[in-house]
Amino acid sequence: MTTTTTTVPVTAAEDTPAVRRRRRRGLAPGKRLPASRIVGPALFLALWAAASAAGQLDPGAIPAPWTVLRTAGHLWTAGTLPTDMLTSLERAAYGFALGLTAGVVLALASGLSRIGEALIDGTVQLNRAIPTLGLIPLFILWLGIGETFKIAIIAIVVYIPIYLNLHAALSGIDHRYVELAEVQGLSRLQFIRQIVIPGALPGFFVGLRLGVTGSWLSLVVLEQINATSGLGYLMFQAQNYGQSDVILVGLLIYGVFGLVSDSAVRLVERRVLSWRRTLSS
Amino acid sequence: MAPHTQQLTAAPAVQLRGLTRSFDGRTVLDDIDLDLPAGQFTALLGHSGSGKSTLLRAIAGLDHEVVGSGRLTAPERVSVVFQDSRLLPWRRVLDNVLLGTNGKDAAEKGREALAEVGLKGRERAWPNELSGGEAQRAALARSLVREPELLLADEPFGALDALTRIRMHVLLRELWERHRPSVLLVTHDVDEAIVLADRVLVLDRGRIGLDLTIEAPHPRSYRHPLLGEYRERLLAALGVTEDHQ
Ligand SMILES: Nc1ncnc2c1ncn2[C@@H]1O[C@H](COP(=O)(O)OP(=O)(O)OP(=O)(O)O)[C@@H](O)[C@H]1O
Ligand SMILES: [Mg+2]
Repeated sequence: MTTTTTTVPVTAAEDTPAVRRRRRRGLAPGKRLPASRIVGPALFLALWAAASAAGQLDPGAIPAPWTVLRTAGHLWTAGTLPTDMLTSLERAAYGFALGLTAGVVLALASGLSRIGEALIDGTVQLNRAIPTLGLIPLFILWLGIGETFKIAIIAIVVYIPIYLNLHAALSGIDHRYVELAEVQGLSRLQFIRQIVIPGALPGFFVGLRLGVTGSWLSLVVLEQINATSGLGYLMFQAQNYGQSDVILVGLLIYGVFGLVSDSAVRLVERRVLSWRRTLSS
Repeated sequence: MAPHTQQLTAAPAVQLRGLTRSFDGRTVLDDIDLDLPAGQFTALLGHSGSGKSTLLRAIAGLDHEVVGSGRLTAPERVSVVFQDSRLLPWRRVLDNVLLGTNGKDAAEKGREALAEVGLKGRERAWPNELSGGEAQRAALARSLVREPELLLADEPFGALDALTRIRMHVLLRELWERHRPSVLLVTHDVDEAIVLADRVLVLDRGRIGLDLTIEAPHPRSYRHPLLGEYRERLLAALGVTEDHQ
């Protein structure tokens, strides 16, 4: 007969010469430095300012930071900057909202039903294979050169990553949770609402962030190709007159837009996915 | 008619007749007949790959896609405890326990179930804040809150350390004493089966190779001399003889 109990010899820990070990740093990168996201840009700005002040930069190509700021103030009060910004924002917002809605609706339809999948998924995959910006000439022919075509292009750029990520997350639901739902007697609707959708949210947010980035990217391209208003137009004209400070103002504003919208998505994501404890928390 | 009432109440909770299941033409469960009386604590032993999980999943009705035949009756309210706790990471512990229940006193019942498994005060914790043993206790609470007539457990303690396992054994037995569901516990561990169950089945080559009733009072200690005999018989049925040890 075998017995399963074993006695473990107890040694007094105090008597053994303790090997002092430094607590090992874990493999996780550790706590975030305070304001870590600003450190890099601040350093860059300082270098830029220092180089300008020292006369190392050609002011015609790279104007000093204060010149850019002064130009921005001037454009804001005496120029068309406010209306240009508003126009750009509106385009991006409409396109993004449209793309978001389309991406979510299509992904739900194809992720939750086999018929939907048969109808939608192949089509979207085909659409994805065509670089969206290559559709611009065709869309101009179809929709004219006004706002509609710009919004349509932005919406397409936005919906694709949202669709792809949400669809993958919805259809990649862990089989173990399907079993659990069956055992717990969930209805199909309860299963979708309580398990499939919350489980797909992390994937959705990946798509959302790609979509936000995509909306700005396509906005810039569209506005510089053919527009008569908006930030891109402002920059395009500045290029003709060699006003590098105006171009930098435009880039700066694009950057601020991108940063603010990305931070907003991150904020929402952190709240919605508060159950997640990952390296970034 | 009166003398028959006892027989009626003792109708089996689970009844299998000619249950057969196969994968890709390979028969895993071969014409199994089995009755599990209501309120009995049964353990199911067998080699890895002998079909224990397949049998359990058949009883739980989780094997829609498996080829098979036979008749199977099981109670209405069945709970399953899996080897992993299978808590949904996006729901707090109490909400996990309440998954699939409804009614206005459900939350109260959920709290009670959590208190019963020793997780009082952890209702609002996230699953990934629990230890392995705590998570498995939450899973037990989730299965109890439905007041199951039949509790199916597939190696529920397989991933726990030895000490936590022993605590979980005591807890499971206590819960069983209080609620009296029929239990079918799948395990690899002969000692676990002997200490917990009143009846131990050994699954061998698709059939019930040994059906052993364990008659020893509870709570049982691992060192109880009577259990040694049972252990030897079970190990023999599993093909483990002295020279293997
Ligand atoms: N979905 C499946 N498809 C194909 N074969 C399967 C499937 N599920 C189980 N099997 C096979 O059926 C046999 C029994 O599997 P089962 O999981 O029931 O074993 P088990 O007794 O639970 O083993 P363990 O103790 O390792 O969990 C195994 O040979 C396995 O390969
Ligand atoms: Mg198994």
